[in-house]
Amino acid sequence: MTDSYTRLVNTGITKTLAKRLGLPRPAVLRRYAPGQPLTVGPVLVLSDAASKADADRVAQALLAWDLDVRRDPVEVRADPGRLGAAVLVLTELATPQDASEAVLATGSVLRKLAPQGRVVTVSRARTAEDSPELAAARQGVDAFCRSLAKELRAGATGNGVVLTDGAAADSTSALGALRFFLSARSAYVDGQLLEVGPTDAPLPTTWDRPLEGQVAAVTGAARGIGAAIARTLARDGATVVCVDVPAAGEGLARTANAVRGTALQLDVTAPDAGARLLEHARARHGRLDVVVHNAGITRDKLLANMDAARWDSVVAVNVASQLRINAQLLEAAERGEVSGLRVVSLASTSGLAGNRGQTNYSFTKAGVVGHTAATGPLLAAHGGTANAVAPGFIETDMTRAIPFATREVARRLSSLLQGGQPVDVAEAIAFLASPAAAGVNGQTLRVCGQNMVGR
Amino acid sequence: MATRSTAAATASRKAPKGTTAAPGLRDAVVVGGNRIPFSRAGKRYADASNQEMFTAALEGLVARFGLQGERLGEVVGGAVLKHSRDFNLVRECVLGSSLSPQTPAYDLQQACATGLEAAIAVANKIRLGQVESGVAGGTDTVSDAPIAVSEGLRRALLAASHAKTLQQRLKALARIRPGDLKPLTPATDEPRTGLSMGEHQAVTTARWGITREAQDEVALASHQNLARAWESGFFDDLVTPFRGLTRDDNLRPDTSAEKLAALKPVFGKSLATSGTPAEPTMTAGNSTPLTDGASAVLLASRDWAAEHDLPVLARFVDAETAAVDFVHGHEGLLMAPVHAVPRLLARNGLTLEDFDFFEIHEAFAATVLTTLAAWEDDEYCRTELGLPGALGKVDRSRVNVNGSSLAAGHPFAATGGRILATAAKLVAQRAAETGRPARALVSVCAAGGLGATAILESA
Repeated sequence: MTDSYTRLVNTGITKTLAKRLGLPRPAVLRRYAPGQPLTVGPVLVLSDAASKADADRVAQALLAWDLDVRRDPVEVRADPGRLGAAVLVLTELATPQDASEAVLATGSVLRKLAPQGRVVTVSRARTAEDSPELAAARQGVDAFCRSLAKELRAGATGNGVVLTDGAAADSTSALGALRFFLSARSAYVDGQLLEVGPTDAPLPTTWDRPLEGQVAAVTGAARGIGAAIARTLARDGATVVCVDVPAAGEGLARTANAVRGTALQLDVTAPDAGARLLEHARARHGRLDVVVHNAGITRDKLLANMDAARWDSVVAVNVASQLRINAQLLEAAERGEVSGLRVVSLASTSGLAGNRGQTNYSFTKAGVVGHTAATGPLLAAHGGTANAVAPGFIETDMTRAIPFATREVARRLSSLLQGGQPVDVAEAIAFLASPAAAGVNGQTLRVCGQNMVGR
Repeated sequence: MATRSTAAATASRKAPKGTTAAPGLRDAVVVGGNRIPFSRAGKRYADASNQEMFTAALEGLVARFGLQGERLGEVVGGAVLKHSRDFNLVRECVLGSSLSPQTPAYDLQQACATGLEAAIAVANKIRLGQVESGVAGGTDTVSDAPIAVSEGLRRALLAASHAKTLQQRLKALARIRPGDLKPLTPATDEPRTGLSMGEHQAVTTARWGITREAQDEVALASHQNLARAWESGFFDDLVTPFRGLTRDDNLRPDTSAEKLAALKPVFGKSLATSGTPAEPTMTAGNSTPLTDGASAVLLASRDWAAEHDLPVLARFVDAETAAVDFVHGHEGLLMAPVHAVPRLLARNGLTLEDFDFFEIHEAFAATVLTTLAAWEDDEYCRTELGLPGALGKVDRSRVNVNGSSLAAGHPFAATGGRILATAAKLVAQRAAETGRPARALVSVCAAGGLGATAILESA
C-alpha cells in the first residue's frame, strides 16, 4: 500500500493543490508484474568515444530483448514520445576529460525521460593497477551516477553496473544487472552501483520464471518482508520452504499455503538449524538452491542503557545464526549435497550508516555485510554466491511502530520521497537469487529509494 | 516377549511377526499431525467456532506437508458439542482450507473417542485400498457451544410453524410457559444416569481404592512431562499457533505436589450416599478442564507418502473399540478401553510388555490409574475380561511420557488427534534412536461407556 501522503498528492483535487503549491510529490512507483514491458519506452544507448564498441554490444543485447533501442540523442529529443531509459556505457573511459560528450548527451535527454524511466551507467571498477587518470575517471562515474539519480523525478531512478575483473560489457553479469535496473523489479533501488564479475553462466533466454524448478528457503517468512520474499520467489517459479520460529506458526502457515510451499517451524538460532533446513528441503523437495536469511529482530536501546539480553539476542538471531547456517550449508556443499547455492542475507541501511539507539542492530547488520563479502568466495568454489540486500525505510509492521513525525521524515528523506514496500526488497533478493545474477558475489545492494542516510 | 518381537522385526520391516497386516490389506501409515494449542474454555478461543478451529488445524497440516490444492481421499472428523448449523462441519472446513475442494469429507461422532474413531475409519479405508490418503481429526469448543431452547418452547415453535391458520398458530404459541424460556446449556451428564462423568469416575475411583496422592502424582507428571516436551521442541512440528496462542494454556509448568494437594475435591458427592461410602479424592487439578481446540492427523498408504516425498512416522496397526454396561452400575463409565485392549492384543499376538509407549487419555488421573489397576488384577481380568489371569503390569515410566489431557486440556473430539500424532512421533523417534521397531498403545475412554484403542508401530 502506498502511504497516505503519496496517495493524496497523486489523486483528485489534492493532486492539483499539491502541484500548485509545489509540494514534493512522491510518485506511485511502477512495480513488476509478469508479462509487462521491460521499460516504459524506448532505450537510448550512449557512450564515450572509446566505449563505442561496448555500447554497440549492449545495444545488440537490448535489441534481442525486443526493446526499441535508440542511439542518437538528437533524434530522441525530436521524437514527440518519452524516453523509457538511457544507458550510458563508460567502460573504456580513460581520463576524466573523456566523459564530457557522453554525460552532456545524457543530460540533453533527461527532460524527455518518462515517469518511471531509468538511467543506467555501465562502467568499470577502479583497481589497484589503474593509472591515476584511469582511477579518477572510473571513480568519477560512481558519484556522477549517484548525483544524477538525485536529480531524477517522477519515479525515475539512476543506477550503475560496475564491471570487475575484466567482465565484458555484454556478459551475463553485466546484462543481468542491467536488465534488473531497467525493469520495474528495481522500483525502489535508486542511486546504487552494483559490482558484477565474470561468470561462465549463460544469459537466460526466458525471464518470466527465472527460478523455475528451484527450491528456496526463506527464514522469517511468517509476515512482512519475509512473506513478500516467499511470494516473490514463488512467483518466479521457486518452491519455497517457509521458515519461522514455532511461535509465528500461524502466519507461517498462511504464507506457506499462499505460495504452495511448506512450513518449517524452526528457530534459526538452533544449533542444527542449517542441517534441519537442508534436510527438510532435500527430503520434501529433493534439493536446495536458494537460502534467504531474512529472520531478524530489533531490541533498540541507547548503548548506555543496553543490557546483555538485548545485545546478545540481536547478535544471536541477526548474524550468528546466519554464520552457523552458512557453515552447515558449506559443509553440505563439500559433501556434494548442494551445488550452485545462492545465499541472500538481509542487511540494513542501519548497518551501513549506523542509527541512534541501534548499536546492537547496526553491529549485526554490518556484520551481515562483512560475512557476505567473506562467504561469497567460499560459496563460489561450489558454484554459488552470497549477497546481501540492505533495505532502507520499508513499510512494515516494524516501521509502523515508529512515531509519526520520525516516520514521516524517514520516508521523505530519500530521492524517491517515500518508503519502500516489502516486495521491493523481495524483488532485489529474487534478482540476486536468479541465474542472471551469477556474476554478482559478495555484494550488498541497497534497496532504499536512495535514502540520504549512509554511504 | 521383547526379544521375540525384536527378532521378528528384523526379519521383516514391513510386517513384524505379531502385528502382521491382515491378508490382502496394505499398510496405513501416519505421516504427521497438526493441532492448534489447546485453550481453557472461555479464554483465548472464546469466540472461535468449531469450524474456525478445525480449519486452522487443517491449514497448519496443509502448510506443514505442502498439500495445497491436493485432493485427499477424505477428511473425517467431528465435534462432540456441535451446533445444528454445522451439519456438514468437516466438509465446510475442507472448503475453507487450501485443500482441493474435490476432497470429500464426513462428520463422525463418538464422544471423546471421535478423533481416534475417525482415524480408525480413515486407516481402514486406506488399508482396503479405497483411499490413498486421508485426514482424521476433531474439534470442540465449550466456549462457543450451542445453546438450545427448552423442550416446551421447541415443541411450541415447531407446532406454530406447522400451523396453517393464525388461530392455530396463536394456540400453539399460547402453550409456552415462562419456564420454557430458560435456555438449555449443553450438558455432558450421562442421559441414562443423570450423573456427570466426574461423578461416575468418582465411584470407579473409590471402587478401585485409588488414592488422592496417586492421582495428584499422575497430574503432576502430566504437567511436568508436557512442559518438558514443549521446552524440547517436541511440538514444533505437531502444533501451529492459533489466535496468538502458542502453547496449551492449561499447562502449569510450575505446579507442584503441594499445590495439587491443596485443592478441594470437586467430584464424589454421590459417594457419601452410595453403598460403600468413601472420601472424595478428585479435584480440579487431577481432572481435565473444559477446553477448546482442534487437531488433525494425516494418514496415507506407503505409496502415497513416498510419491509425495512425505515422511512416515508410524504404521497404524490395528484398533478395537468396546462398550461397557455402566447404566446398571456393573462397570465404571470410563472402563471400556480396559475391555478393548485385551482383545486388541490377542488379535495381534502382543502383550503389554511389547509396548514402548502407552498413551492413555487422562480424562481424570483416576481413569489412568483404574485402567492400570484393572489390568493388574487377576480376579477382575478373569471374571470381567474372561482372561486366564491378570493382563499384566504396565511400566509406569512408559505412560504418557510427553504429558496428556490433564496438562494439555481435553477438547473432546480433538484429543484423539493429539494423542495419535504424539504417539506416532514417539515411536518414530524411538526407532530412530535404537534402530529397533517401537510400539505405542493408544487408549481413549468416552462417554456412554465407550472406548477406542489402537496400536501404532514405527514405520
